[in-house]
Amino acid sequence: MHKELSQKSDYNLQVSPISKGEYMMAKMIKETEHPLYRKSNKMRMERFGKGLTFLSVALAAAITAAILFLVFSKGLSTFIMNDGSVKDFFTGTTWNPAEVNSLGKPIIGALPFLVGSLAVTGISALLSAPLAIGAAIFMSEIAPKTGKRIMQPVIELLVGIPSVVYGFIGLTVVVPFLRDLFPGSGFGIAAGTIVLSVMILPTVTSLALDAIQAVPRSLREASLALGSTRWQMICEVVLKTAKPGLMMAVIFGMARAFGEALAVQMVIGNAAVIPHSLFEPASTLTSILTMGMGYTVMGQIENNALWSLALVLLLMSLFFTITVRMIGKGKSS
Amino acid sequence: MNVVNTIEQSVIQTENLQFYYGTHHALKNINLKFEEKRITALIGPSGCGKSTFLRTMNRMNDLIPGVKTEGAIWIGKENITDSSIDPVELRKKVGMVFQHASVFPFSIYENIAYGPRIHGERNKKVLDEIVEENLRAAALWDEVKDQLDQSATGLSGGQQQRLTIARTLATKPEILLMDEPTSALDPISTAKVEELIQTLKEHYTIIIVTHNMQQAARIADFTAFFLNGEVKEYGQTATIFSNPLFSETKEYIAGKFG
Ligand SMILES: Nc1ncnc2c1ncn2[C@@H]1O[C@H](COP(=O)(O)OP(=O)(O)OP(=O)(O)O)[C@@H](O)[C@H]1O
Ligand SMILES: [Mg+2]
Repeated sequence: MHKELSQKSDYNLQVSPISKGEYMMAKMIKETEHPLYRKSNKMRMERFGKGLTFLSVALAAAITAAILFLVFSKGLSTFIMNDGSVKDFFTGTTWNPAEVNSLGKPIIGALPFLVGSLAVTGISALLSAPLAIGAAIFMSEIAPKTGKRIMQPVIELLVGIPSVVYGFIGLTVVVPFLRDLFPGSGFGIAAGTIVLSVMILPTVTSLALDAIQAVPRSLREASLALGSTRWQMICEVVLKTAKPGLMMAVIFGMARAFGEALAVQMVIGNAAVIPHSLFEPASTLTSILTMGMGYTVMGQIENNALWSLALVLLLMSLFFTITVRMIGKGKSS
Repeated sequence: MNVVNTIEQSVIQTENLQFYYGTHHALKNINLKFEEKRITALIGPSGCGKSTFLRTMNRMNDLIPGVKTEGAIWIGKENITDSSIDPVELRKKVGMVFQHASVFPFSIYENIAYGPRIHGERNKKVLDEIVEENLRAAALWDEVKDQLDQSATGLSGGQQQRLTIARTLATKPEILLMDEPTSALDPISTAKVEELIQTLKEHYTIIIVTHNMQQAARIADFTAFFLNGEVKEYGQTATIFSNPLFSETKEYIAGKFG
């Protein structure tokens, strides 16, 4: 190593004419710094890597910021530029942004979509949560072997099915089924809810499974050692301990249901009214957004009004994310 | 093996007990008698089967797939290895304290009330009494009486271990199995738990696994030395420590292996 170094130094001496003193200095520095010198190659790599990752982060942040800016500025312009009333937006029941009402304000009552979105989200969470938690208990506590070998792959498969397929199945199976059983066309909140609960079921199940499996074995053993039955252990210790995680699982499912557009749009009927029953056509924020997108022109009030719906969607998803984070924080502390 | 016959009254007795993890013969022909309301220490090198033995006594090993138990463990007149014995009922009678305090992430109160609750006690007043009584028994009452509704996970390690002891006592067991209850504790907490164990012997038959020879010497009336799945030597603690029959016992106690 030493030899190699002095050779290098000699080589330096040959190319750059420096005095003997300078050469000695250079040699000393090189020699003392030698291990550092070799490391600095690695350090350069590290700096390069750091720079690269920083760039990706910066890019991601910039894109996010740009999206937020776009949605906020467009979404708010309905109220600022087009003189829309925020109160009308949240309480009005008629959606006709192209026209103005007697006060000269655009008719932008989004309440039917808000109701529709909240209804499909809430009811599908109510339907899928017990099913998902039940399935997760079965997979982790009752038949872990079957769970691992059969249920887990099935769930992974289900997670991967595109939502349009769920919508299509809903359209061909659920809607006619509801039409036969209940008065009406079969399109409506009920159909949307059924499709959505099936769609979010695998996601919620696999997150609930993670939460349940994260309960330490020592707690289960402690419960059994106190003379509990397996069932008591599951209800009183496992589920109670996993509760924050289970709540997170359900909220993730709700976020997914709230934001789902395609599958819902295919089965909900897309009527811009507050339905009187679960079996009448209705619509959600997402369905009205996808329906209207193609028919409006950028910059016009009809288009801006849709951006306002998008803003509500964004704020809701932000709300879901923050809730999940807060539960997560509470869990870790 | 040497069974000392000075043991007069025994509640627990194992008879040619064999235990297998699959093909691994973990307990070989164990014949031990435990005297009522005494402390018996199980000592021996790591992997010799102490925990396995303890867990056969409350059938916790049933939870592991592929295990096999042969022979008998008599508690009173019942052979608890018999398949007709309900392990849930058995575990009410034979309580267990683990190496790492596994407090539930509930309040202190709920931790103690857990056992009585699942056994059907619903009366709030009775539960209050049970909580106080057992926290007192575990010498924890004075430290936690003002924070019963706070999470048990906030207690110190030593307090948590005493809480799990109190929680076990709350199910009114007759026998207490303890698997290295102080190995994760600091000396002061250890001293407190040891003191507690000694007071508990008035009411309970205690079997404790320990790697701490001084601890065994301090608190145990009897000591069993396990080696490779067998009981190499068993007798009064004083005899085992001062005058062991086997050189292995002597060497293990002297810290030459383990
Ligand atoms: N769940 C299990 N499956 C298979 N083998 C096991 C299992 N638990 C323990 N064993 C084996 O059984 C033997 C006895 O283990 P055991 O835990 O009873 O030892 P121990 O005396 O308690 O040791 P330590 O002092 O380290 O706690 C060891 O060889 C161990 O590898
Ligand atoms: Mg052990």
